[in-house]
Amino acid sequence: MQSLTVALLRSYVSVVAARFRVLLQYRAAALAGVATQIFWGCIKLMVLGAFYAVAVTTPPMTFTAIVAYVWLGQVLFGLLPSNHDPELQGLFTSGGVAYELLRPLDLYWFWFARTLAFRTAPTLSRMVPGIIFATLVLPLIGLPEWALPAPASVAHGLMFLLSFVVTVMLSCAITILITISMFWMIEGRGISTFMYGVVPVFSGMIVPLPLFPDWMQPFLYWQPFRGLCDVPFRIYSGDIPLAMASQEIMLQVMWTVILVLFGYGLIARARVRLVVQGG
Amino acid sequence: MSQILVEGLSKTFRVAERKPGLLGAVGGLFQRKYRSVDALRDVSFTIYEGELVGYIGPNGAGKSTTIKILSGILVPSSGRCEVDGRIPWKQRRAHVASIGVVFGQRTQLWWDLPVIESFDLLRDIYRITDSVYQQRSDELIEMLDLSELLDTPVRQLSLGQRVRCDIAAALLHAPRILFLDEPTIGLDAVSQLNVRAFIKQISRDQNVTVLLTTHNLDDIEVLCDRILVLSDGQLLMDGSIADLRKQYGEGRYVAVELESFASTAPEHETLVVERSDSHILFSLESDVPEFVDEVLRQYPVKDLLITHPPIERIVAEMYQAERIEH
Repeated sequence: MQSLTVALLRSYVSVVAARFRVLLQYRAAALAGVATQIFWGCIKLMVLGAFYAVAVTTPPMTFTAIVAYVWLGQVLFGLLPSNHDPELQGLFTSGGVAYELLRPLDLYWFWFARTLAFRTAPTLSRMVPGIIFATLVLPLIGLPEWALPAPASVAHGLMFLLSFVVTVMLSCAITILITISMFWMIEGRGISTFMYGVVPVFSGMIVPLPLFPDWMQPFLYWQPFRGLCDVPFRIYSGDIPLAMASQEIMLQVMWTVILVLFGYGLIARARVRLVVQGG
Repeated sequence: MSQILVEGLSKTFRVAERKPGLLGAVGGLFQRKYRSVDALRDVSFTIYEGELVGYIGPNGAGKSTTIKILSGILVPSSGRCEVDGRIPWKQRRAHVASIGVVFGQRTQLWWDLPVIESFDLLRDIYRITDSVYQQRSDELIEMLDLSELLDTPVRQLSLGQRVRCDIAAALLHAPRILFLDEPTIGLDAVSQLNVRAFIKQISRDQNVTVLLTTHNLDDIEVLCDRILVLSDGQLLMDGSIADLRKQYGEGRYVAVELESFASTAPEHETLVVERSDSHILFSLESDVPEFVDEVLRQYPVKDLLITHPPIERIVAEMYQAERIEH
């Protein structure tokens, strides 16, 4: 029984690895991604820096925490579930979804594996230059206050890593919902466009969530997208104290489980009414 | 032992309809109209282990739908269907592990990966042990002559090469049942012959049960002991090619080669199927000897051949007859 589970796990791991290798090939896209990340990182810091310089009350976050928040966000931008895997999109328009159902794998986890590769491979290839710029280049060119600081403490760093793993899972669980919606819509671009508007704002990617007005805070706290940026980034900078970190991570886990179960249920329903396009 | 059992199988699709033009498109946003399409109506058949069965019918007859139900992809609207004692769509994962499927029009290989990496990935997905995989893939690579192609990314393969790789991919896990949906579509003559020879070989040597859909009736004539004819979601015929001929094509074709040009006799005009300067092809329902006698007297005959009507004609007539009845 145990060896069966291992073999089963291996098949999902192979799916991730194969897709990962393909996605790492796109060098031009990676380069463009890196340039955009760095450019937007600088713009955001200039804008937020200007606000902080003229602030009349004490802002809810330190500027160091803001800098960490911005750079982590830029470097990990590819993890945001605001688009979906074009390969899976192609399966729906071409009817290739038939072959997906021919594999002796659970469809949800099969797609989860592919989504995991889709989310992490491009991010990984773009992350390194971004980190080098934010940690080494900025101090060298005389902007040390703009450089990505180290985690607040080793414990914060470890909690950040834990939270980050959940972030990846949460991101995949949301991305796969976009994919599953194509069972009903065939074309995923509509939902993707919608997500592209919603996700960066509510995750904190555009403006760190603590900077939003007080009356919005309860709502912002309880929505799932916060687990994508706000939670891990603020644990990193120490803006979320260690005592609160595990509770915040539990909230991330809760949302991930809910969304996985939701997606799982949707796939089961979609199977019954499936129409394979193109005969 | 019956391996595939289909009883009273029906599948109805609900298709969204839209009036043409801009108004229709806008209207569709508010109120959708749905139309029911019966892809399969009360289809029943049984296939036994080791059989090689051809499944033919015009476009849209429901052939692919049947294959997709049998392979667990689609859920039928009603009816019973068991493959090796399993209900395909209910026990999908166990089921698909023991069947192989090829859809000739699309590939199951990963577009951007070299062929061999696709195979390796399938090994992991089907959880084939290394020793079994090694032996099986070597065998398939040899039989389908793939050794030159293994390092090529799938997107760079020609159609014939791709189909051969696809067939190998469907057989890596040594399935006992193989469903082929138009495996020879779009292939050149040599590739068709290769694919056909391979299908025949694994059916004969490994006793794999094969159900294949095709529009290429040569496939059927060369390969299949038995054919199922489907039209408009209903099974028209289940039998051998000889049965088909008996039922629909008792007639004969008489092909005449002329020494020199001669015009067709007026009383024969209605029998002519094809005509060129030096050839005439007649189609007859009965009285063949008398007709041949007449031909020999009336035309400058150089050569004469009596044949069965080609199976294309028989099938085309059958489809047409069915359409008129409806």
